[in-house]
Amino acid sequence: MTSPPPRRVIPIKIEPQVKLSTADRATVLGVCGRLKNLPGALLPIFHGVQAGLGYVPKDAVPLIAHELNLSIAEVHGVLSFYHYFRKEPPGRHVVHLCRAEACQSVGAAALELHAKRSLGVDFHGTTADGAVSLEPVYCLGNCALGPSVMIDDRLLGRVTPARFDELMTGVRTGSGPAPAGKSS
Amino acid sequence: MTAIKVYVPRDAAACSVGANETARAIEAEAQRRSIPLQVVRNGSRGMLSFEPLVEVTTPAGRVAYGPVTAADVPDLFDAGFTHGRPHPLAHGRTEEMDYLKKQERLTFARVGIVDPRSLSEYLEHDGYRGLATALAMEPAAIVAAVTASGLRGRGGAAFPAGIKWKTVLGAAGPEKYIVCNADEGDSGTFSDRMVMEGDPFVLIEGMTIAGLATGATRGYIYLRWEYPDAKVALDAAIEAAYAAGYLGANVCDSGRRFDLEVRLGGGAYICGEETSLLESLEGKRGQVRFKPPLPALQGLFGKPTVINNVITLASVPIILDRGAEHYQHFGLGRSRGTLPIQLTGNIKRGGLIEKAFGVTVNELLYDYGGGSLTGRPIRAVQVGGPLGAYLPESQFDTPLDYEAFTAIKGMLGHGGIVVFDDSVDMAAQARYAMEFCAIESCGKCTPCRIGSTRGVEVIDRLIAGQDADKQETLLRDLCETLTYGSLCALGGLTAYPVLSALNHFREDFVKLSAAGVPREA
Repeated sequence: MTSPPPRRVIPIKIEPQVKLSTADRATVLGVCGRLKNLPGALLPIFHGVQAGLGYVPKDAVPLIAHELNLSIAEVHGVLSFYHYFRKEPPGRHVVHLCRAEACQSVGAAALELHAKRSLGVDFHGTTADGAVSLEPVYCLGNCALGPSVMIDDRLLGRVTPARFDELMTGVRTGSGPAPAGKSS
Repeated sequence: MTAIKVYVPRDAAACSVGANETARAIEAEAQRRSIPLQVVRNGSRGMLSFEPLVEVTTPAGRVAYGPVTAADVPDLFDAGFTHGRPHPLAHGRTEEMDYLKKQERLTFARVGIVDPRSLSEYLEHDGYRGLATALAMEPAAIVAAVTASGLRGRGGAAFPAGIKWKTVLGAAGPEKYIVCNADEGDSGTFSDRMVMEGDPFVLIEGMTIAGLATGATRGYIYLRWEYPDAKVALDAAIEAAYAAGYLGANVCDSGRRFDLEVRLGGGAYICGEETSLLESLEGKRGQVRFKPPLPALQGLFGKPTVINNVITLASVPIILDRGAEHYQHFGLGRSRGTLPIQLTGNIKRGGLIEKAFGVTVNELLYDYGGGSLTGRPIRAVQVGGPLGAYLPESQFDTPLDYEAFTAIKGMLGHGGIVVFDDSVDMAAQARYAMEFCAIESCGKCTPCRIGSTRGVEVIDRLIAGQDADKQETLLRDLCETLTYGSLCALGGLTAYPVLSALNHFREDFVKLSAAGVPREA
C-alpha cells in the first residue's frame, strides 16, 4: 500500500485577477467593504458602484462575488435582472425618457422619435461626442405634467421636442438647467 | 417686523416645471427690494396645473398664486403679492380653491402645508399623535383599530390591512419586519411620491405603529430609484426622527425598538409585487415567489413580515389619532376611508385629489379636471395603472369603489387615472400593454414570460389584418391563459387593458370584422 500523495492546499480566498484600473478597483472594494455586511447587500453595492463609476463594469462582478462570498453567476444574475444598472460607461449625462401611458397621452411617442433622431442614438446608446446616454424609463411619477424626462437626477415636465433640444444644448454647454454629475 | 413666509414647493413635479428657479427668483427679488421674507419649501398641494404654486401667509390665511415662473416674480412683487394683493395669477385663499375645497384630506392632511424637513412643524400639525395613542395600547388593540377602520391595502390589491397585521402579530418572533412598498411603478400614479416628499414623517410614524402592533423591530422602505427627491426627503426625516428619539432602541422612552432604513430598487416594475420586492430586498433577482407561504408568515429573510404600500402605512397615524370610527365613516360599501386619486395624462387640471370612495370618473374628469388638455373630447381613461382596464365614455359614471371596478372587469389599483383624447389609437395601447408585460416580466412563469411576447405578435397580425378573426380568437384565448395561468398580477391582469381596448374600441383594430366580414382600413 502506497502512502497517499501529499495534500495540496487549494487557497479559496484568491482575489480575482480582473481588468480594472487601480482607482476603479479601489472604488469597488471600498463600496463592498462599507456595505457587504448589510442584510441583502447586493443592490446597495450595485448602487454604490454605479454612483461611483457611472456603471457596474463587467470586471467588477468577480470582485463583488469574491467579497460577498457568492458565485460570479449569482452576482451576474442579479445585476442583469435590473434595468437601472449599466454595464457600459454612460455619457456625461444620462437622459431617461418616460415611455409610459400618462406621457403617451400627451405625446411621449413623438418626443421619443425626436430624441432618438436628434441625438442620433437608439435607447441605451450614447451620443458620438459622449455627452448624452439615452434610456427609456417606465414612469417618473410626473404623470400630470408629461411628457417627462429625467436628466441625471433632475426631473423635467412638459417637455416638448423644442424644449428637449434646449435641454440638450444646456447639458452640452454646461449652462444647465441640469446639474452635472451622475445620477444617484 | 417678522419676515413674511412665502411657500414654494420642493416637490419633484413642481420643480419639473421650474419651482427651484421661482424660489431663487423670489429670494433675489426680495433682497433687491429689502423686503424681509422667508421662503419655505413645502410639499405640493397637488394642484399640479398651477405649479409652481406660490403661497404667501396673510392675516386671512395662505393666498395662492400660480403658475408662477421666475419671469413673473418682479411683476408679483410690484402688485404686492407679499401682502396677498390681487394679480392675474392670484387664486385667493388656497383652502378656498375649488380643486382643494371639496377634497377630504386625511392621509394628505399636511402635504403642501408643512415644511417636510421640519419635525417641529410635523408635531405642531398633529404629528406623532397616532404613535402616542398606540404606545398606550396593547398590540392586539392597535391591530383591532386598524381592522375596524376598514383600511385596505392602497397598493392595488386592496387586502384588509388589519388582517395582514393580525397574522404577523400571531406569528412566532422575535425577528419580524415591516416593509414599505414604495416601488410606485404604475404609470399615472404619484401619490406615494408626494407623501414621501411632502410629509415623510407620516410614513415613518405609520411604520413605527405597525412595528408596535406586530412586534417587528426593523423596517425597510423599498423605494424606486426614479424618485431621488423622495430618497433625500426620507433620509433627512429618518435622521431627524432618530435624533429626537422617535426611532431607535427606545422609541419615545417606551423601551420598544424600531429601526428604519431606505433601500433603492433597480428599475424593475415587477418589484412592486410584494414577493419579488422581498426577493430584491434580500439581494436577489426580483422574481415572484409562490404563495403560500404568505409573506406575513415567511416574508423578508424568511421571517414574518408586514408589507404594505406607502399610502396604507401613511393612513395609519390618523386612524390611531382620530379613531377607527372617524376613518371608517368615509367611503361606501366595503371601500372605507379615502383614496388619494391621481388625475393624469391628457387632462387640463391634473393633480392629486383625496376623496372618500364613491366619487365618479365623470366628476373627476370634468368637475376637477376640466376636460382634456388638448381640448379634444376625452375618448378613454385607464384606471389602475398599466394593468388596469381602459374605460369608454359609457363607463365614466362608475364610482371609484373597489367592488364597482371589479364588476366592470377593471380595477382601482393605486388610484391612478390616465386620460386620453380622441387621437388615441387603442390598438396601439393594447399592443403596448403586452409589450410592457414582456419587458417587465420576471420570467418565472411561462404564461407571462412567453405569452406576453406572443401577445405582441398576435396583436401585430390582428392590426395588419392577417386572418383577423382567427387572431382575435387566439388573442382572447391567450388572455385567458395569462389571466388564469400566471403566478402574479403582472401576467394575471395584462388581459384587462388588452381586452377592454378590444371590447370597447373595436373600431381601432381596423381590419377586424364586426360580424365575420373583414372591413377595409
